[in-house]
Amino acid sequence: MASMQFSLRSKGGHADRAFAGLALAAGSLVLVILGLIAITTGRSSVEVLQDMGAQFFTSDVWSVPDQFFGSLALIYGTILTSIIALMFAVPVSLGIALFVTQVAPIRLRTPIVYVMDLLAVIPSVVFGLWGVLVLAPNITGLYKAIADAVEPIPVLNSIFGPEANGKSFFTAGLILAIMITPIITSISREVIDTTPPGEREAALALGATRWEMIRGSVLPHSSAGLVGAVMLGLGRAMGETIAAALVIGSSQQISSNVFASGDSMPAIIANQWGEADSLHRSALICLGLTLFVFTIIVNMAANAVVTRSERRSQGAV
Amino acid sequence: MATVLEMPSSAPGPLATPPDLHAKHGWRTAKSSLMSVLMGLSLVAVMIPLGFVLWTVLSKGMGIMSWEFLTSDIPVSDRAQGGGMGPAVLGTIVITGFATLLAIPLGILGAVYLHEYGGVSPLARFVRFMSYVMTGVPSIVMGLFVYTVWTLRFGLEGVGGSLALACLMLPVVIRATETMLKLVPDYLREASYALGCRKSRTVLTVVLPAALPGITSGSLLAVARAAGETAPLLFTIGYVTKNNSNLFNGPTTALSTQIFRNATSPFVGAQDRAWGAALTLVALAFLFTVAARVISARFATKR
Repeated sequence: MASMQFSLRSKGGHADRAFAGLALAAGSLVLVILGLIAITTGRSSVEVLQDMGAQFFTSDVWSVPDQFFGSLALIYGTILTSIIALMFAVPVSLGIALFVTQVAPIRLRTPIVYVMDLLAVIPSVVFGLWGVLVLAPNITGLYKAIADAVEPIPVLNSIFGPEANGKSFFTAGLILAIMITPIITSISREVIDTTPPGEREAALALGATRWEMIRGSVLPHSSAGLVGAVMLGLGRAMGETIAAALVIGSSQQISSNVFASGDSMPAIIANQWGEADSLHRSALICLGLTLFVFTIIVNMAANAVVTRSERRSQGAV
Repeated sequence: MATVLEMPSSAPGPLATPPDLHAKHGWRTAKSSLMSVLMGLSLVAVMIPLGFVLWTVLSKGMGIMSWEFLTSDIPVSDRAQGGGMGPAVLGTIVITGFATLLAIPLGILGAVYLHEYGGVSPLARFVRFMSYVMTGVPSIVMGLFVYTVWTLRFGLEGVGGSLALACLMLPVVIRATETMLKLVPDYLREASYALGCRKSRTVLTVVLPAALPGITSGSLLAVARAAGETAPLLFTIGYVTKNNSNLFNGPTTALSTQIFRNATSPFVGAQDRAWGAALTLVALAFLFTVAARVISARFATKR
């Protein structure tokens, strides 16, 4: 292609150059939008940052009546729910990805992938609706039973505390786990599929069982890509708003008890936006900016890892 | 690889009898089978809650679903039983439709820049990397962004929602299109150049038509995801109970925001309408996904 360009350029062609310019403009739109997000939300955040100073990030008190906004409890909630979600979603997603690529009969692979892709488009608000009307009212009993069972054990009794609420960090984490599983699964599946068949066959030829083949050939080959897949899932879990907003319980507190009600950055923006006025609104936008920075960092790291592993595996083939 | 190398020493009596290649050590086969079963169980572990969600939506949504539900106005009082979601259905279709009109041409053009013009130049690589990153920007941040640049100036209206959804769709369309452009063989481009076509003409009449089925399928998936988005619409479109098909005039409503609003309502009537709206939204999303699958399957067999 590159070698063709000289002849085309030399003949001029305004339409041709206009089209190239148009394409360049459309491509650059991505940079423009990302830049504008940072600038506009940054400008709207100035008001609360001038009012609160560093306390916006160091205080865990979020009080609308006092017009005092500290985001620590919300950052805590975002991280805690994401960790709970990853603890459930990662083993399950890797299991499914390995099952589909290594274990399932070929006839079953396409239908499983098809169904997982279909489930990935269920809107998050539908999970939220199910979570708040079906899951939350029915799971409190289970939480109480777990809390009773671990009551005498020192560390566990502060993690699974007795004040159990159906709308809690844990419920939000569970819903997030269901939602990010299809994404982690599909990226892991693609990464695992890049394992050269020769390496798998070599392991099997040496007498390895299927699990030994997976541990010896497949996982070492795809580990970097799998880390990237998990990080992309983390990015999704952190930014997921509506499902968390409905089931997290809207109480801005830092509690080691995962069964307690909490709140997270995206959830509080969605829940409090309607009644927010100037300073409160600025605080919510600043939370959005914080979330933007968090997810951008996670996604940049994840994409760098995935791209590098893809390039390496292409080099190996 | 360590486990594989240890194997000969763990085989019984290597010199006395020739090793039986089919008989593997019991615990090794057992471990392998156990792990395979666990992998299968992880699939079951996901299918059960997802199936439960779908079943609940279907069984509760069918109770209220009817042509009237899809077309009549939303009751002003949450207390009211029955009623419909007509304005929300209309709003979702119009808002998502306009977002599609914005995002798909721009996304395709952006991908054309990345693959046909930019290639591996530093700018193109940067744009490509940032468009991957943009895929991960939370939808609520897009909503706040459009609120600050559009809604603050022009008020609550449907077009704000469309802009936010378009921003979410753009990187998805770029990525899907670029993947498809990579699959178009270079000899098609070279044949076109050999016939004297300029680059723009080659792209528009040869490359894009060749990649069209894949681009359509990727775009439909982007539409399916966008139609269910809630967070960006919360800040931008407002709330109404009557039909408003004009994107540029006054507030409107959508299925997703209606579900969010009614999910926290204590009234059974409102909750029923939320389930009905959820069923409608899931059906819409599935419709687009299946259409995308059918198109890409047909494309795959043709290649």
